[in-house]
Amino acid sequence: MSKLTLKTEGDTHVVVTRYFAAPPEAVFRAHTEPELIQKWMLGPEGWTMPVCICEPKPGGKMRFEWTNNKGQGFYLTGECLEVEPFSRLVHVERMHLPDPTPDNYVETTFEPQGDGTLMTVRMTLPDAQTRAAMLATGMEHGMEASYQRLDTMLVEGGL
Amino acid sequence: MATTLDAAFAALADPTRRAILARLAKGETTVMELAKPFDMTQPAISQHLKVLEDAGLVVCRVDGTKRPRRLANSGIEAMEKWLTMLRETLEKNYDRLDAVLATMEHHKKGRTK
Repeated sequence: MSKLTLKTEGDTHVVVTRYFAAPPEAVFRAHTEPELIQKWMLGPEGWTMPVCICEPKPGGKMRFEWTNNKGQGFYLTGECLEVEPFSRLVHVERMHLPDPTPDNYVETTFEPQGDGTLMTVRMTLPDAQTRAAMLATGMEHGMEASYQRLDTMLVEGGL
Repeated sequence: MATTLDAAFAALADPTRRAILARLAKGETTVMELAKPFDMTQPAISQHLKVLEDAGLVVCRVDGTKRPRRLANSGIEAMEKWLTMLRETLEKNYDRLDAVLATMEHHKKGRTK
């Protein structure tokens, strides 16, 4: 069973939904409090986030910096635009790889569902080409994760 | 089959080639049009196109003196693969978030007791 859905919508949107077995307040806080963000928003195994700035108020700054055990790294900057505590967040972000990617407008909603939360992340990219490039970046990180899993299997003698 | 897949992944590993694929995803395009947004000569773009064609991601059509390129069906599948990979990264993040949320709930319960 997969709890995550990810689909493209129109030419420029990507929509992700995920259910969490915790109330909206907790899921919202895990998206806005740096010490919580640093525990999970890490991508593939081996990556950490040594720098995390998130000011959840209109005009508040965001800066996330990732690094891996091979000394590689990249960072994201953004601004919070709308903040409705525990139910909705709107922010704009860009990755620096190191050149900045075009702005990605992200609306995140947290709706109570049963004892948990249904989170919906709706990303809006400037054009279809940017969206394709962003999805490609996701692929690189996914591939990195696959390679690292392979490394682990090799080290453990599983292959 | 495995060789084709390797070639496809190697072809996708280059940002210019991914940008070319993204452009072709919008429709058939000539080499001249493809070269425009890049700071590159047409021969350099043609070189990238050859890699993409060898990997089975792009196909060429003969139209008089023009050779417009379009995305091969496998190129479209490659785009879908990108989606799958992004999904895997997100799933990993959210699985970790599940664990963080479980800890938060635990602490909260601990406090109210």
